[in-house]
Amino acid sequence: MTDVNSIKITPEIVKEHGLTEEEYQRIVGAMGREPNYTELGIYSVMWSEHCSYKSSRIHLKKLPTKAPWVICGPGENAGVIDIGDGQAAIFKMESHNHPSYIEPYQGAATGVGGILRDVFTMGARPVANMNALRFGEPEHPKTRHLLAGVVEGIGGYGNCVGVPTVGGETNFDPSYNGNILVNAMTVGLADADKIFYSAAAGVGNPVVYVGSKTGRDGIHGATMASAEFTEDSEEKRPTVQVGDPFTEKLLIEACLELMATDAIIAIQDMGAAGLTSSSVEMASKGGVGFELNLDNVPQREENMTPYEMCLSESQERMLMVLKPGREEMAKAIFEKWELDFAVIGEITDTGRLTLTFGGEIVGDMPIASLVEDAPEYDRPHVPTPVRETVDVAAPADLNKAVLDLIGGEHLCSRRWIWEQYDHMVMGDTIGRPGGDAAVVRVHGTEKALAISTDVTPRYCYAEPYEGGKQAVAETWRNLTATGAKPLAITNCLNFGNPERPEIMGQFVGCLEGMGDACRALDYPIVSGNVSLYNETNGTGIHPTPAIGGVGLMQNSDKMASVAFKADGQTILLIGETKNELGASIYQKAILGEDTGRPPLVDLDLERRNGDFVRALIENGQVDTCHDLSDGGLIAALADMAIAGKIGATVTVDDSLPNHVHLFSETQARYLIAADATVAETIYKEAQDAGVPVSKLGVTGGDTLTVGDAVSLTIADLTAAHENWMPDFMAAAE
Amino acid sequence: MKSAVIVFPGSNCDRDMAVALEKITGQKPQMVWHQDTTFDDVDFIALPGGFSYGDYLRCGAMSARSPIMAEVIKRAQAGVPTLGVCNGFQILTETKLLPGALMRNARLKFVCKDVALTVENDTSTFTKDYSKGQEILIPVAHHDGNFYADTETLDRLEGEGQVAFKYAEDINGAQRNIAGILNDKGNILGMMPHPERMIAKELGGTDGCALFTSILNTLG
Amino acid sequence: MKAKIHVTLKNGVLDPQGKAIEHALGTLGFDGVDAARQGKYIELDLTETDKAKAQAAVEEMCKKLLANTVIENYSIELE
Repeated sequence: MTDVNSIKITPEIVKEHGLTEEEYQRIVGAMGREPNYTELGIYSVMWSEHCSYKSSRIHLKKLPTKAPWVICGPGENAGVIDIGDGQAAIFKMESHNHPSYIEPYQGAATGVGGILRDVFTMGARPVANMNALRFGEPEHPKTRHLLAGVVEGIGGYGNCVGVPTVGGETNFDPSYNGNILVNAMTVGLADADKIFYSAAAGVGNPVVYVGSKTGRDGIHGATMASAEFTEDSEEKRPTVQVGDPFTEKLLIEACLELMATDAIIAIQDMGAAGLTSSSVEMASKGGVGFELNLDNVPQREENMTPYEMCLSESQERMLMVLKPGREEMAKAIFEKWELDFAVIGEITDTGRLTLTFGGEIVGDMPIASLVEDAPEYDRPHVPTPVRETVDVAAPADLNKAVLDLIGGEHLCSRRWIWEQYDHMVMGDTIGRPGGDAAVVRVHGTEKALAISTDVTPRYCYAEPYEGGKQAVAETWRNLTATGAKPLAITNCLNFGNPERPEIMGQFVGCLEGMGDACRALDYPIVSGNVSLYNETNGTGIHPTPAIGGVGLMQNSDKMASVAFKADGQTILLIGETKNELGASIYQKAILGEDTGRPPLVDLDLERRNGDFVRALIENGQVDTCHDLSDGGLIAALADMAIAGKIGATVTVDDSLPNHVHLFSETQARYLIAADATVAETIYKEAQDAGVPVSKLGVTGGDTLTVGDAVSLTIADLTAAHENWMPDFMAAAE
Repeated sequence: MKSAVIVFPGSNCDRDMAVALEKITGQKPQMVWHQDTTFDDVDFIALPGGFSYGDYLRCGAMSARSPIMAEVIKRAQAGVPTLGVCNGFQILTETKLLPGALMRNARLKFVCKDVALTVENDTSTFTKDYSKGQEILIPVAHHDGNFYADTETLDRLEGEGQVAFKYAEDINGAQRNIAGILNDKGNILGMMPHPERMIAKELGGTDGCALFTSILNTLG
Repeated sequence: MKAKIHVTLKNGVLDPQGKAIEHALGTLGFDGVDAARQGKYIELDLTETDKAKAQAAVEEMCKKLLANTVIENYSIELE
């Protein structure tokens, strides 16, 4: 075996590890000597953007993270909120962008595996998976291949572990041509008094490794996730990890079985940067030291070096600190599930990470410096210039524009995707994919969780502050439209190269908007992830701060859904339509333009309208509701008609041109349908509450008619809506 | 009615099956780990869906050889009503308790959706509460549900009334649209669709209930 | 001793994956492919040194687990 630690550290090696000369000098200062090769590798991943958040930390600190129902905010493996009756919901979203571009199936699959581990590490049984996906334009030669692979990977992993994939969102835009986004979210349930944390404690306590063996997979994944893409990145295929969902399923069951005992002091999954980051984080949070004997690490390959063992990103592994004397009992559980179990070290009082291998010390670093001394940058940022307000032209043919829009890549049905996901396993999915939010019952209760992932990158690109607000508000609205009370969010902040001031300006703007929206809506951020350097050859993606919102429904029997339920019901529009077609999907898809300011989010109005709608659902007055977003009024009406197989006849006034009424993306709006007498009461209640309301028309028939502007049969709408994606994907074969 | 649900490493519809059985029979089933070699004297055995052994090698291949299966095979052959759903069906064909094999879906994709089935047999332990020709809605969720058997076997299955359910339209390339089959004695049913997922209106429908009430009404 | 086992679908059993491969090769411009069949390759390291005994043992493994003889054939090479 070559002794990697005899390799002399040169400026080239430092650079290959993604560290600047200044950062290297900082390491030398912290250690009081030159690091050896293994130590340099460990510093490089701990100080990578992915692990240290060095460019983003200073801004993330400003986000609101507290509320009376927040049990645990950012900083742990996942966020935890109280959902009453002694139960907690645990959730997080994470990116796996770069690996998914290189190898879409395994990249997406291991993304799902990683986020599942983040959630069950904390003691939760995962109950729902979601995702937020962005691909390049359909015409791009790689889009089909990437979409097919990512969807198969998400399904391949989630279906096998038996956690339903209940929804998500998918966008297509040229800015993702060379850098797709794969963001995966998991929600789990636990008893509020049985949450597990990562802070190690108790000098002398055993450090235990469980799960799969360690191989050479994904070495330097964390540094790859923090570097821009270049043409030759695709040659880096061997670093992509391979997922084993079967082992993950066994790991979930074994961990939950052990968690039902009182043996565990601390637990952490081995995610990016594997053994290194998990042990450093556990030791750092507990203010202790770790001594690890690398000879005891279960190994899948021969002749692995300490460097490789520390940096391997082999999947389906966990690190635990057990109470003394519980090793045998714990081992029996893991052996029952046919998983590796090894005591690889113990807790010390040195505050250092000490690594031994073959009887020698091969690494010895102060833990505080690995975490706290990581650089923190206040990178220069310039705000995105505010665009001019524009008047957006009407289409030549309204009927054709509607069909093109709902039968195009932006608004077409995502059925082709979600029929590849088992969205029903576990028997609690009561709001299936395709609605405003997915709804899963809290097993054995009347309660349910609503979950939605949203962001509108067009808005974030046009005006980051408004886009950030809108992303948060849209999840809030989607949860509300099912009748759930929105409680908290997780996020996945996907941006370009932070070393460019205009990209950093997008980041800062979006975060300010998100923070303001969270504060106004009492909707704190409890977990999240940042993915920077999403660029190819110097071109950044649209800023994409994906938000995953979670809400609680007390009585799931009252759940509202999108589909029209009966003929002859009155359709009410809650909220007011303004001339807001700037940066709209209509403008982009039909006119091929992207100009003007995006719709502005009035957070007071958002809250007033949403609280009003939610009360109607909770009271049982309304069970048909849809929020208005991309594509505006007509897209929402089409969704409701297609889902319910019931048409509608509506009229709009002449205060705005027809195409503005139909396609404007003004925020804080909902459509509801109810029997005429109920609708009359609601109308009066809305007026009394100062909530803008208008009577649009009635449900019924087999045609969707808007005045004399639009007349389309449900059959034609359905065909357009359903056919785009299967046709697009079939064209690949 | 006492029942047992066999749990393999990677089973993931075991809880769903237990919930359905408890809801309809009023009794919690015994959950039996695959490494065990025996279990209670039950009236009914269920092999649940999932990805036992990750579907590695062939779906159901390794589970079919696990320790508990010797006992399951013995009891099923002795006449104890035995139901295999999805992966459970795959395991039953791998044990040869049922003929044929389940191959990769013709379109090669995992498919999860509600599908219309026609009831082909309304006299068995599992299907009495349906009527022949009835169309029911039950979800599928599988990657390998494409039923294959040689022509002679297919003719025999159809001729002897051993086809329990057919897909109303092609879902996965299954020969003669077969979704579920019985053994020659009629006490073993394997089916790809998941009746345990259709036992409540809020889950999308109740067409799965009759399968469980059929068993309950037969066994009491 | 090493056993190399090929498991293939029997003739007459539809092979959707093989069909997809054939089709994909066609769209890539390889038009000389008449048919494609996909199978499995399994390698076993055996402690047995007697070839006849090894052959018998691996046959048994194939029949019991490695192949589903309803739809699959197998062939064994020992070296």
